Amino acid sequence: MKFEWLFLTIAPCDAAEPWQLGFQDAATPMMQGIIDLHHDIFFFLILILVFVSRILVRALWHFHYKKNPIPQRIVHGTTIEILRTIFPSIIPMFIAIPSFALLYSMDEVVVDPAITIKAIGHQWYRTYEYSDYNSSDEQSLTFDSYTIPEDDLELGQSRLLEVDNRVVVPAKTHLRIIVTPADVPHSWAVPSLGVKCDAVPGRLNQISISVQREGVYYGQCSEICGTNHAFTPIVVEAVPSKDYGSRVFNQLIPQTTGEA
Amino acid sequence: MAEIELKTAPADFRFPTTNQTRHCFTRYIEFHRCLAAKGENSGECERFAKYYRSLCPGEWVERWNEQRESGTFPGPL
Repeated sequence: MKFEWLFLTIAPCDAAEPWQLGFQDAATPMMQGIIDLHHDIFFFLILILVFVSRILVRALWHFHYKKNPIPQRIVHGTTIEILRTIFPSIIPMFIAIPSFALLYSMDEVVVDPAITIKAIGHQWYRTYEYSDYNSSDEQSLTFDSYTIPEDDLELGQSRLLEVDNRVVVPAKTHLRIIVTPADVPHSWAVPSLGVKCDAVPGRLNQISISVQREGVYYGQCSEICGTNHAFTPIVVEAVPSKDYGSRVFNQLIPQTTGEA
Repeated sequence: MAEIELKTAPADFRFPTTNQTRHCFTRYIEFHRCLAAKGENSGECERFAKYYRSLCPGEWVERWNEQRESGTFPGPL
């Protein structure tokens, strides 16, 4: 079938469709809030665009030199001046109310999370640490996440987005992601989750996520970090809590066995 | 099969912003102060250890441990 690749690529995962302009499907309340805010503002934006365009076109039409050989000497109108200062300034005030509300609710970090994941950026891969299950400084569930080269992609995998080791998180759970780099500034951005957080050297930035549905979500580096900036993707897989427990436990066993 | 407990360092009202660098640093210092006060064998300090292990990158902890051993750690232990 000619378009088999299309469905294999798009159907199971939250990644951008070819030539997609709009938002990816939301997987967190944060992203849902962002999309809603965008749609609300866009409505008024179109109204303003139409209104201003009409005024502009009318001015161009009615004051064309062939229609008005002798220019008018109108210089100033106090009333219209006052009106067009006050009304335009009121509009962004009303836009700011929902915008600030969303911004500060996104910034909430005082909710106790259930899991902490450390996303450590490198040139040009990522390291993830799950350290909630340690009993010493050495023992840690840590793995590197490299992009899969274009030559090694299998049918249905996305170019520039796949990694060899995914971040696995439980769905419907409060997560804390600590973002930091080991070398130069990076970014941890996953559109479906509505997060974009800079990794600044020497600093730990925190983002809070609560993934609402199971699935695979793709992201990329959003802070130019060198030659292979485009080849440092992020893949987050949300699984049921039971599956998450099994995976973590199975990964911890070898280390425990190794220590014994 | 043993259960994995979904538990991690709690949010701290002293560090309500996105920047959690000092949260990690403070938890580390609290742990070592606890050790100094209650002794190495006390089980009461394990809680603080879990907190800083959750928050701090492994490389940071490793470097701080080296600094403590050589006496150059900059924090108020």
